[in-house]
Amino acid sequence: MIVTFTLNGRETSVEAQADERAIDLLRRLDALDIKEGCGTGECGACSVLVDGIHKLSCLMLAAQLSGRAITTASGLGGPEALHPLQQAFATHGAVQCGYCTPGMTIAAAALLEQNPLPSREDIRRALSGNLCRCTGYVKIMDAVEAAAQEMTSTHKDKP
Amino acid sequence: MHEPLSPTKPETAQQSPHQPTQDTLAKATGAQRYTLDLAPADCLWAGAFRPGAALGLAHASFHGLDADSVRAALALPGVLRVLTAADVPGTNRQGIVHKDQPVLCDTVIRHAGDPVALVLAESPETLRRALALLRAMLDPLPGVFSPEEALRKNAPQVHAGRKGGNLLLAASINKCSEGQADARADARADARNVALTLKRAPIVLRGTFSTPMQEHAFLETQGGFARATDDGGLDMTVSTQAPFRDRFEIGHALGLSPLSIRVRAPYLGGGFGGKDGATVQCLLGLAALHAGGRTVAMRWDREESILAGYKRHPVTMRYALGAQADGTLTALSCSLLYDTGPYAHLGGEVMELGMEHAAGPYRIPNVSVRGRCVYTNNPIGGAFRGFGVAQVAPAVEAMIDALAQKLGADPLELRRKNALRTGDVNSTGVRLTSSVALVECLDTLAAHPLWTERTAWRKAAPPFIRRGVGLAAVHNGMGYGRGLADMGIAKLELTETGEFLIYNGVADMGQGNATAFVQLAAQELNQPLAAIRILQPDTALCHPSGSSSAGRTTYSFGNALLKACAAMRTKLTARAAQALLVDNLANLTLVPGAVLHPATGRTLPLAVLPRFLSRDDRICVSEFLMPVAQDPPKTGKAFPIGFPHLFFAHAAHLARIEVDELTGQVRVCNYLAVTDGGRVLDRQGFDQQAHGGVAQGLGYALCEDMQLQQGRILTPDLSTYLLPTALDLPDTISLSAGINEPTGPHGLKGVGEVGMNGPAPAICAALEDALGVRPRHLPCTPECVLNLLRRGKRTHRRRP
Repeated sequence: MIVTFTLNGRETSVEAQADERAIDLLRRLDALDIKEGCGTGECGACSVLVDGIHKLSCLMLAAQLSGRAITTASGLGGPEALHPLQQAFATHGAVQCGYCTPGMTIAAAALLEQNPLPSREDIRRALSGNLCRCTGYVKIMDAVEAAAQEMTSTHKDKP
Repeated sequence: MHEPLSPTKPETAQQSPHQPTQDTLAKATGAQRYTLDLAPADCLWAGAFRPGAALGLAHASFHGLDADSVRAALALPGVLRVLTAADVPGTNRQGIVHKDQPVLCDTVIRHAGDPVALVLAESPETLRRALALLRAMLDPLPGVFSPEEALRKNAPQVHAGRKGGNLLLAASINKCSEGQADARADARADARNVALTLKRAPIVLRGTFSTPMQEHAFLETQGGFARATDDGGLDMTVSTQAPFRDRFEIGHALGLSPLSIRVRAPYLGGGFGGKDGATVQCLLGLAALHAGGRTVAMRWDREESILAGYKRHPVTMRYALGAQADGTLTALSCSLLYDTGPYAHLGGEVMELGMEHAAGPYRIPNVSVRGRCVYTNNPIGGAFRGFGVAQVAPAVEAMIDALAQKLGADPLELRRKNALRTGDVNSTGVRLTSSVALVECLDTLAAHPLWTERTAWRKAAPPFIRRGVGLAAVHNGMGYGRGLADMGIAKLELTETGEFLIYNGVADMGQGNATAFVQLAAQELNQPLAAIRILQPDTALCHPSGSSSAGRTTYSFGNALLKACAAMRTKLTARAAQALLVDNLANLTLVPGAVLHPATGRTLPLAVLPRFLSRDDRICVSEFLMPVAQDPPKTGKAFPIGFPHLFFAHAAHLARIEVDELTGQVRVCNYLAVTDGGRVLDRQGFDQQAHGGVAQGLGYALCEDMQLQQGRILTPDLSTYLLPTALDLPDTISLSAGINEPTGPHGLKGVGEVGMNGPAPAICAALEDALGVRPRHLPCTPECVLNLLRRGKRTHRRRP
């Protein structure tokens, strides 16, 4: 079947198998920033935004992407135009091996969309489905807090 | 939920933003590519057939694959080969020290994850279907599922006919106080002397402890891709901590010249020891040799990673501690029993580290440690952050706390009184000429409000909640120890465009050594971070610099890199002198982007300088060898390599916990880690290692519960083997109390390991403080805590 959706703002039509997982289709399309850590929805490394909502692409079928707007970590920003979350992750030491990072920033972006100034406890809850084995989460919390501050103050500055 | 308390969060120094390196930015944006992101799209896929798990068998004789099932698998479109042991060209045995692990089993499987066949297919989906069709002819064999069982007379043999039976290694470390040591260095005589001192001690305490298996659970599972090269070798890209050593393991197993194998190690998505030693390498090499020149990829899914991956060794420990009435430690005797599973891997070496650290970071004149490492049919034990030390720390710290209770002494003061200092002789007989700042760690902890305000905090516990505060003092040896060159060889190139390129010889598994190297080089060469690039290990381009392990990478390679930078500075100023018509080299200096002659203000841009130089002349290579103990003790004879160590990182940890009396749930409210890692070069990297080690240690202490039944794993995935989430861990505070280590690069020591060792003893101490009973086994799951609560009700004595 042909599945049509937007991937990081780019209109995409692609042949997919009926039993193909969304993660496999997306990685086939070179969205290699989506990581697989468990394949069973436990680790959150494959997090993507589906119409702005945080979803696990290892638990979705490719067909479920149809008509949706998919955002992956690199869709938030890139090394040339960093998203405030990516900037904060890099500067606050929230990145160690980096394998969970794309999923973490997606989960955090979904949180900040709903709750622009979350408490530390809010952040803990929102990221509790994303496992990190390196950091102990301390600096990830710091980074999300810093990004939230940055984003709300920038927002306020706008006329 | 996390109650405010001063200070609640890491102090501002830790929160200050930090200029990130290129690799950190790439990781933060998802642009970083890991091993399997780099595999070509049209590659073949290889997968191992591991029949034991599905059949519930951990020990069985193997009589080949069912021929019909092989035909059915091969009949699937896109299935190329089904390989068995008969297709393995070499010894078919892998292993780092002992070559005892088959790449593919030929006649027997020794644990539930042992592979008997390897399938090559055009796609992961076809591969899965083929593997599901295969059937193996297995006959159950009686197994051994604990070291105690394995050592019984007439116990089933894991390696039939092996001299020594199920005992992989027995060893002892004995040290007697001066004048008491046996002149002939007779281990038995020394052990008897220790026993005698113990017997005469005014206070003698005993205890038995055990620690569980632990899963590394790196987020990126084991994987790689490989291609057979025209000259009969292999070109392999793999998620590995030891690319240079891998060549020898693969070569031995597959009958190839090690130097015909090229291994590249991109950034790892975590390692923690679990990617030290061949994981996919030999299977992948075998697949590539049968793939007609095509590239083959292999990726273990999470279940296969848990089934076949290496684990932290479970250990049973019996301790006796002797002390004088004033709390001075006089003697320690213990025996340790390590379960290495069916293959040696690094079992003997892990036990060696455990034995070397079994007496804790204390000054004890008489020490006798006996260790046995035993084959069983459980999953394979291997290297894991804390490498044998994480197991003994909760045992020896329990003994110290028991002594404090017996004496009515302050547990922190008792530790300070007996703590090792620079110049002391440690428990193996090594005089510590290196930096030892454990006392500084304890002093820093003692002054912290989390410690000074503990009594008031404990008393303010809400209804149905018990509060407890516990501490631990730990250490961890750095580097390989004696008998093995712990060497870094750094290669540094001035590129054609005038940037600097570091050829990293030690894999970066996430501990940030690549970042540290870039920072070091930028500082030494007086260049901006953006002018320094780093190439990840590639055996064809970089120099062998050992494995990414043992808290050694930044120390050994960092020292080598400092020398290479100094050589580069000298070289570039000398070459620039010619172009700048300067007759005195001392007057030239490197400034960002150029060589400067300050007297005249003339500069030669680094972008221009390479035009004057041949490529050979743009490269500097320097090596550094870690010093070892010069006058090693005459004990530990059973260890051919790795004993003893000269350098140690130290730490003092504190945990504040709340125990729910109704559910047994433990919440870690606050955690403080004070670390001696020498001078701190990069504060952020230092804190990252402390936070990460503590997180894994808290998982080990509280929730990571690998359940086995007759060698079968009952917790096969991340929904049953529970890792700590953001909701389970506190905002760990990391402080440094290190002093300059004169031999370290800018005075640092490795801190990757030591953070892992503190949480288990600190949590056990906090539980004892809260409940009046000390846990003897880990992890302290809610069920265990409820049992402790019941026992505590009978014996509970609240300390003042």
